[in-house]
Amino acid sequence: MEEVRLMKGNEAIAHAVIRYGADGYFGYPITPQSEVLETLAELRPWETTGMVVLQAESEVAAINMVYGGAATGKAVMTSSSSPGISLKQEGISYLAASELPALILNVMRGGPGLGTIQPSQADYFQATKGGGHGDYHLIVLAPATVQEMTDFVALGFDLAFKYRTPAMILADGVVGQMMEKVVLPPQRPRRTEEEVRAQCPWAACGRGDRAERNVVTSLELDSARMEVNNNRFQATYRAIEEAEVRYQEYFTDDAEYLIVAFGSVARICLKAIEDARAAGVKVGMIRPITLWPFPSKEIARLSAQVKGILTVELNAGQMIEDVRLAVEGRVPVRHFGRMGGIVPNPGEVADTLRREFDVEL
Amino acid sequence: MKPEDIIRPENKVYARPELLTDRDTHYCPGCSHGVVHRLVAELLAEMGLADKTIGIAPVGCAVFAYNYINVDWIEAAHGRAPALATAASRLNPDRMVFTYQGDGDLAAIGTAETIHACNRGENITIIFINNAIYGMTGGQMAPTTLLGMKTATTPYGRTAELNGYPLAITNLLAQLDGTCYVTRQAVHTPAAVRKAKGAIKKAFENTLGKRGTSVVEIVATCNSGWKLTPAQSNEWMAEHMFAKYPLGDLKNE
Repeated sequence: MEEVRLMKGNEAIAHAVIRYGADGYFGYPITPQSEVLETLAELRPWETTGMVVLQAESEVAAINMVYGGAATGKAVMTSSSSPGISLKQEGISYLAASELPALILNVMRGGPGLGTIQPSQADYFQATKGGGHGDYHLIVLAPATVQEMTDFVALGFDLAFKYRTPAMILADGVVGQMMEKVVLPPQRPRRTEEEVRAQCPWAACGRGDRAERNVVTSLELDSARMEVNNNRFQATYRAIEEAEVRYQEYFTDDAEYLIVAFGSVARICLKAIEDARAAGVKVGMIRPITLWPFPSKEIARLSAQVKGILTVELNAGQMIEDVRLAVEGRVPVRHFGRMGGIVPNPGEVADTLRREFDVEL
Repeated sequence: MKPEDIIRPENKVYARPELLTDRDTHYCPGCSHGVVHRLVAELLAEMGLADKTIGIAPVGCAVFAYNYINVDWIEAAHGRAPALATAASRLNPDRMVFTYQGDGDLAAIGTAETIHACNRGENITIIFINNAIYGMTGGQMAPTTLLGMKTATTPYGRTAELNGYPLAITNLLAQLDGTCYVTRQAVHTPAAVRKAKGAIKKAFENTLGKRGTSVVEIVATCNSGWKLTPAQSNEWMAEHMFAKYPLGDLKNE
């Protein structure tokens, strides 16, 4: 049954993945997301649902365990933070190329390099543009609350299995570390062997009584066939773009200025918007929930209504490129961001609105 | 006696195993992979494992192993086969999971995955083809390349100063508590082929019995990479490779 608890975003992920009825989690410790593996170890799901939890020898091994598990039709997950996610990119590319469902959590910290353990959104490009080699996309979900951390586990798995493609929860370190009230979903049973075989007729899980054997591979040396494969991947991505864009609008009905922000930053911006409106400046916000597929149409629609758009990100300006592509130059699009693990306050957002758009705040 | 009197089912002593697919392999004539593939296919059928086997293919010459042995396969990224096998086995504990890897895959790029899968004692069989060269990419140095051996990237012969020493990784794996059976075999003579088959069978039995990780190294020839005829390759292997990689069990618990 449902349960109301107070916990960190990272802890909520661990509860949610067990309650989803997932089959396996393979991880490697890295700050600020180690609580996922720690909480799973504490909860010992192998004694209840039979879920496998394993600390791998590296992020590279962990993502390849995910690859091996996903190839047998199992619902498997890994989590890491920015430097570890870079190491996982090889495996993520193989997952995408082999059309395997899997869930990957990135609790972003400041980079580049070893960077800092403080919050960041600097992996936006990496997450939304592919990340590894080759033409592919991940479904990228950006939670702003601990509740969304919880809910996006089920959503991410469901979308991954529906489209046979890996999904990523792209959380900033704030969402991973902060504690909030959360409603945990009821426990779902893990799928039976028969259910796995019925849901995943492509899975290489031992032939059983299947008529043909299955081979899961991303290799195709015949260029003509490889192009056919690529066209199939792209058709999947177009279908996802058509059906799975998710976003939330705030005060956009009468907005004259628009903020675009995701994750925890959107909550900071919401405070700035309240202050601006109290001062008589009509600011609204769109919060992309899916960073890929991106809510381009919705931002384009709003760009016909507003005088200017501000993106606020914990990076040097990454999502702003997608906003500008959507806006196509109709209105000015400006960026405000902090880097290195610094989280801005609402006053800094208001200052930027004043400076960039010459409004009285 | 007419030929028809001889060509009769009861006189048949050799045939394509039922689990070997009916297609030409991409392996060079004389290559050891064909023999080892045959042994694996024979054993999986003889042991009744065709329907419960998951093979993990490497990157290297055996990347297309899945084209030839007719069971479920997962093709891994270079070196990562033991990580895939770990999850495939843990999530499907009643399945027969094995990896089939070359020396570059297992002992260079995949060293960490190999050692840690073995150290965890994963219930898998690792079949390790050691021909001391990178065949697929055109004959470059492998971690197991012997000192003095000429390859595309050691054209004057491998030297310890430049390239370090040949890595007898199987000896290392035998030291790990997670392995239950570690052996080194070859397939250059009929007697060796029979022994190798017995070794792979024992490894598969260990996997089914959940006794830990089994590693079967096959010291193998790469006549194309070695620039020798198949017959010369067998002689060269016996003379040089067995000195560094002696045949026999390193661990049998």
